[in-house]
Amino acid sequence: MTQVPDENGRFGKFGGRFVPETLMNALLELEESYNQNAADPSFQEEIDYLLKQYSGRETPLYYAERLSQHLGEAKIYLKREDLNHTGAHKINNAIAQGLLAKRMGKKKVIAETGAGQHGVATATVAALLGMECKVFMGEEDTKRQALNVFRMKLLGAEVIPVTSGSRTLKDAGNEALRYWVSNVDDTFYILGSAVGPHPYPMMVRNFQRVIGDETRRQILEAEGRLPNILVAPVGGGSNAIGMFYPFIEDKEVAMVGVEAAGKGVDTDFHAATMTKGTHGVFQGSMSYLLQDQHGQVIEAHSISAGLDYPGVGPEHSYLKDIERVKYVPISDQEALDALQLLCRTEGIIPALESAHAVAEVIKIAPKLTKDDIIVICLSGRGDKDVESIMAYTGGVQS
Amino acid sequence: MNLMDQTFEVLKSQNRTALMPFLTVGDPDIETTVEIIVQLEAAGADIIELGVPYSDPLADGPVIQRASQRALKHGVTIRTVMETAVKARESGVTMPFILFTYFNPVLQMGLDLFFKEVQTHEISGLIIPDLPIEESEDIRRRADEAGVSFIPLVAPTSNERIEKIVSNASGFVYCVSSLGVTGERSSFHQGVEEFIQTVKKYTNIPVAIGFGISTQEQVAHFSQICDGVVVGSAIVREIESVIPLLNDVSTRQEGLLQIREFVAQLKA
Repeated sequence: MTQVPDENGRFGKFGGRFVPETLMNALLELEESYNQNAADPSFQEEIDYLLKQYSGRETPLYYAERLSQHLGEAKIYLKREDLNHTGAHKINNAIAQGLLAKRMGKKKVIAETGAGQHGVATATVAALLGMECKVFMGEEDTKRQALNVFRMKLLGAEVIPVTSGSRTLKDAGNEALRYWVSNVDDTFYILGSAVGPHPYPMMVRNFQRVIGDETRRQILEAEGRLPNILVAPVGGGSNAIGMFYPFIEDKEVAMVGVEAAGKGVDTDFHAATMTKGTHGVFQGSMSYLLQDQHGQVIEAHSISAGLDYPGVGPEHSYLKDIERVKYVPISDQEALDALQLLCRTEGIIPALESAHAVAEVIKIAPKLTKDDIIVICLSGRGDKDVESIMAYTGGVQS
Repeated sequence: MNLMDQTFEVLKSQNRTALMPFLTVGDPDIETTVEIIVQLEAAGADIIELGVPYSDPLADGPVIQRASQRALKHGVTIRTVMETAVKARESGVTMPFILFTYFNPVLQMGLDLFFKEVQTHEISGLIIPDLPIEESEDIRRRADEAGVSFIPLVAPTSNERIEKIVSNASGFVYCVSSLGVTGERSSFHQGVEEFIQTVKKYTNIPVAIGFGISTQEQVAHFSQICDGVVVGSAIVREIESVIPLLNDVSTRQEGLLQIREFVAQLKA
């Protein structure tokens, strides 16, 4: 397989840099600086130090025995990204981009956030590195996630409610890009997913591949062989690409990306970009996109704020088209059921995003044998979702 | 040489600078847009940018974002905008039309169909703000073949990219006055005059400036050093402010006149 992306940030036909000229210089500067630092071992050492001492890596690869038994014969492992500092894989990327910002001499960072996980991770890193931090968040989301807004403020960040468009994650991303255009001189944009213009999808992938690299080492240690199937949730797709990337060349490892079907892929309320989307340009790159026939972007829906996004990372679109990764939809209800099953069999409350991956495993595991090994990327913990789960289920658990 | 090139030639021979308004087509509705275009020409506009509303306009500030949202409520598409150009022509407007659109609507229409339609809908130039030179090769070739100018944007931060961007450009070069999105502002990027001189060093085609220009003083200032001055958000804001007048039959003419006077005083 050829190395992707190419020098123009293309993963096959996807990716690229579809941005106003006012941003091009900043993106080229970022790319150059990233490439220089990526080649400097001391940069990776700094990242590794903070991932270990600050965030608590490596995260365990946990054999979920009771869940496995409940679902049949296959062995199911959970990659415990939920045990990271701030509760999700988002911190891996935020630490690395924060350190890159520091090396570039930038004193201010900005970020977009949906539910607030990436915003909290960025605010955390900004506090750690002594940087000024602004987080753009859709006004709707600031209401739905008031606790995370307060968390970010507690960490010293300024939260800017975005009132344009649909007032959710995609608009927060637009507004962060707009702000960045005006303030490129002293500001670094810590983008939270493997989306956006080149070099972000490549950079975020490389900052998240620690998930897959550790998993590979850990599963070889535990089982003496690679897993049969990797399953990860996909919104923009940063945890999934981080998990998948180190296994791309291993043909015997199947990979499944799980996207949000919301109320169903045949309703108007889903975020199933791969299942229902078409090729389009959105927030700086070519990828699959939920859009109408005239190219206007359609609002996504999912119970999980982290998957509630009409686009998807360009490398995922590429992996779909070359048929290396299979992408499947999981509904709100299936994810909620899976969340409860994991709570009761393992005592782990997963994030709603991660529950989508668990739900897919509930579907496929019973068809597998005792020789099969599945690894789920448990991208985050569910504390942040408890309130919305309670609202959704009316507080009554069956 | 298309209509826009001819217009610049005539203006040059008269030692005049083009006043180039922008509006979002379908704001507040299609019929009114056609009437506004007529008024803008009467007020002294030389070339007009017809904006295609888009759900995620990355290069635009709040004023044009709001206009986009109003227009999208009427289901305005790229085709509607082209049809509006034809309607304006039929209403007696003689100035050249530039189609301003983000790339995704073009992509969804399909490039073959898009360029075919552009040719038959009175369009002289294209501005696609999210298509930098690295991504626009195919479009530039197709635009050339269609006899339509693909107008490149250059920014104060373009630096060593300027030469590459403008050397093969046609129509005119659109200089972005300052970093940021569209919208009125009182100050521009430091060294904007020097920036324009740099651009002129690498090209002989007309050079226009835009982003943030809203007052008669600013228009007069930039008219001395540029071949064209684009006024966008200030006009869109003016349109926004008279929507209540436009929506009422008894005050509609008053609203149109107010827009016309605003644009006329820019040129005074």
